[in-house]
Amino acid sequence: MHKHEGMTLIVKTVTRISVWMILLYGTYIVFHGHLSPGGGFAGGVIIALALLNVLLAYGRNFVTEWLSIKFLHGLESLAASFFVIIGILGMVYVGYFLGNYLSKGELFNLLSAGTILPLNIVIGIKVGTSLFIVIWFLSELKIDKGE
Amino acid sequence: MPVEIWITYILILMIIASIAALEIEDVLSSIVAIGVVGLGVSLCFLFLQAPDLAIVQFLFEIFALIILVKAFLGKEYHKTESTKLNIILTIVTIITLTSILIFSVSVFDLLPDFGKPYMNTAQYYLDNGARETGAANLVSSVILDYRAYDTLGEITVLFTSILGALSILRIRSQMKKENSESQNA
Repeated sequence: MHKHEGMTLIVKTVTRISVWMILLYGTYIVFHGHLSPGGGFAGGVIIALALLNVLLAYGRNFVTEWLSIKFLHGLESLAASFFVIIGILGMVYVGYFLGNYLSKGELFNLLSAGTILPLNIVIGIKVGTSLFIVIWFLSELKIDKGE
Repeated sequence: MPVEIWITYILILMIIASIAALEIEDVLSSIVAIGVVGLGVSLCFLFLQAPDLAIVQFLFEIFALIILVKAFLGKEYHKTESTKLNIILTIVTIITLTSILIFSVSVFDLLPDFGKPYMNTAQYYLDNGARETGAANLVSSVILDYRAYDTLGEITVLFTSILGALSILRIRSQMKKENSESQNA
């Protein structure tokens, strides 16, 4: 189909294997935001960079078939609204906006720290998708040719 | 060696790199020099024991480098030639900045010592953060629990800026499509 797009076969093969590891690492950083350095912003940027890796190696048409940009757009808006919804639920359960109403759990456990984990996940999705969407629209413009 | 000396070395390297980024004629080399500046900021955060910020800074530096390389590689730029007016402007700028620096020296004496801020909120977070929020990473507990309002503001800023960027880019790509269609017809 789009065989001649993107970079060479070597780059494509390496990308095919490595991109999942990068995505896994980004997800790890997001999920362990309350235990180790990192968190939603850093993990989200790693996820966006993994998708950018695919875009650079395979070219734009492949990514358009592989991922639906409309879906990413919806995911981004959904993540932003989920942040507010979690905050409003805090108002219902604890009495103030963004209150920590979930169980605190045990220190150093993965499922601990109440609302910090869901908020980290929401921020990770938001940052990852929105940065990638901007890159995708920039790649449409062919900025290297000045169009 | 104390941290301050390391940070001074990194700052000197960053200043040299930013001057190099301005002066080098080759675009790719000056983009690499900008990358050195970003890496220096990341290293500074690491030496000041802020790994969270160091990671984010490092990743955004990679992101910005890719965009810069994609945007500016293969373009030709014409150099601005130095004229008499430019030299006068440079001298005026240097004199103004130096006088501001000289006048602000007395302000530095009023600043608290390094690592001893006037506000004591940080000590409260260190003492009670893990117990009250259950998060082992104190930075997380501050940005998503004690100061979650600020993070909501950050998310709003990101959301709005990306909406603005998208609307501009979308208009431009639609204009391009219409142009190519009218050329084909």
